[in-house]
Amino acid sequence: MAKRIDVSGLHVYYGDFLAVADVSMTIEPRSVTAFIGSSGCGKSTFLRALNRMHEVTPGARAEGKVLLDDLDIYAPGVDPVMVRTEVGMVFQKANPFPTMSIYDNVIAGARLNNRRMSKSEADDLVEGSLRGANLWEEVKDRLNKPGAGLSGGQQQRLCIARATAVKPSVLLMDEPCSALDPISTLAIEDLIHELKEDYTIVIVTHNMQQAARVSDRTAFFNLSAPGKPGQLIEMGETNQIFTRPEKKETENYITGRFG
Amino acid sequence: MSTTTTQPPAPGPGMGSPRINLRSGTLPRRFPAALLASCAAVVAGVLLAFSSFGFLLWGVLTAVAYVVIAVTASARVEGGRKAKDRLVTSIVYMCFLLAMLPLASVLWTVFTNGMNRLDIYFLSVSMNGVLPSMDAGGAYHAIVGTLAITGMATLISVPIGVMTAVYLVEYAQGRMKQLLMFFVDVMTGIPSIVAGLFVVALWMVLFGPGHTNGAAGAIALAVLMIPVVVRSSEEMLRLVPQDLREAAYALGVPRWRTITKVVLPTSAAGLTTGIMLAIARVIGETAPLILTAGTSAVSINWNLFDGQMMNLPVFIYSQVRMGGAINYERAWAAALTLILVVMLLFFLARMIGGLFAPKAR
Repeated sequence: MAKRIDVSGLHVYYGDFLAVADVSMTIEPRSVTAFIGSSGCGKSTFLRALNRMHEVTPGARAEGKVLLDDLDIYAPGVDPVMVRTEVGMVFQKANPFPTMSIYDNVIAGARLNNRRMSKSEADDLVEGSLRGANLWEEVKDRLNKPGAGLSGGQQQRLCIARATAVKPSVLLMDEPCSALDPISTLAIEDLIHELKEDYTIVIVTHNMQQAARVSDRTAFFNLSAPGKPGQLIEMGETNQIFTRPEKKETENYITGRFG
Repeated sequence: MSTTTTQPPAPGPGMGSPRINLRSGTLPRRFPAALLASCAAVVAGVLLAFSSFGFLLWGVLTAVAYVVIAVTASARVEGGRKAKDRLVTSIVYMCFLLAMLPLASVLWTVFTNGMNRLDIYFLSVSMNGVLPSMDAGGAYHAIVGTLAITGMATLISVPIGVMTAVYLVEYAQGRMKQLLMFFVDVMTGIPSIVAGLFVVALWMVLFGPGHTNGAAGAIALAVLMIPVVVRSSEEMLRLVPQDLREAAYALGVPRWRTITKVVLPTSAAGLTTGIMLAIARVIGETAPLILTAGTSAVSINWNLFDGQMMNLPVFIYSQVRMGGAINYERAWAAALTLILVVMLLFFLARMIGGLFAPKAR
């Protein structure tokens, strides 16, 4: 189910502005890859380019290759909508659909895509996804209550359940814990550990302890000066990046001697 | 990870920290109410003593006396900032009352005059076979016409208006968007009589002279309604967080389904309110309906496409023009009916909006 991502020579533009320049990397399946770097260095932009979500912003475009196993998602004729069913996304702010119940939120992906399924299939999918997100025990008695009534951490796990319910092969997470308390953060981090059995996970984080805790590999992004495009500086095993970085910039960043 | 301990600096006697006084004098909590009551009483007494009592004079003098005394007392006891606060608070309240005065007065006048004639009989019979001066007849045919014409106008303008708003918010970019928004603004400014003339001319071209019917009125009202619906719907759709759209896109949901299943349901309550306001804006329109739906219908007519159609605003207008005492009574009763119809619609809209609104638990 999990797929490898091979990025080569990817440039991302907002109109004429080059936001991310020439990134090449390989993201291994069944592992967690963390993107770290200062704000505005293009790591979120790059993440969004991995499922063509950046195209939601008017004027945004990307050049280069992103291979999902052996399919180039930027090849002509590829439908971004189909790409997003393969590559799911979890956002910084939990965003359950306010008009829907917890149950409807989880199967929103299937329902909104008009997939036909029987009641028992839907029930199984909801229970499976919520169990997968470690949320089932907390919400099983109130599945028909609105998702907006849950706590912030629960809402974020609901969003993860919603993202996994469409059975993607890759899960992108854009700072999924930055609005959460330490307990909820821990719950999400545990969940990420479990999810990597089945998915390729990419997580953007500002919290370096978090990157060190959850990820197998870490990529450090930076920009040479404000207004310049963001670049991939270094990527390697998390352990190596945090203990023996090869580049001076990486060392400066992870030791906090930065700007 | 390092542990940090924080110790509050120990305050104590002998530390030499300057004493800061955080307290200030306060007027009693009931002071404003009590002062207002006594001002009103004293001013009334003085005015009566000079036997020149008038409600307007009484109100103005009471307000002035209250503001002067309250602000002076507050400045003495509480200090400058709170005195200013009391001054501005009083002014804001007075402005509110001033704004409410005409509204209350209109409602009161319509209510007292309208109640003379408003009864089940008035609401359930038409003017068919009733001479204008007879003590009989009612506004049923006008209520029917108002509901039919406004209903039809709503049916025409809501799909067009909401879809235009969806286009403006979700799809349009650059030049096209600016052009469209400009024309919507221009349309908002069309005088209602011009909308009526537009339909008269259109009917003349399509059907030849002498065709006045409810459908013509409905189209004239729709022309007036569309820009209002577009504007309010646009605002409501913009309030839907971009997060929700992205959440849907990230699930592989196409854009049109995101709009129909996420954006529109999320903003349904706001859209309903906007549509109700648009209805309220056109339900009292008179000029375009005089031109398009005619002024002489007296019988109940549910058919928008067949013959003249009376409605409440035109009914009021034509009754007033007849000028007899009974006609004035009918006009007032019809005015009250119109207000009640609008209030009923708003009540319904609130209920519908409440059903749609996103709930927290």
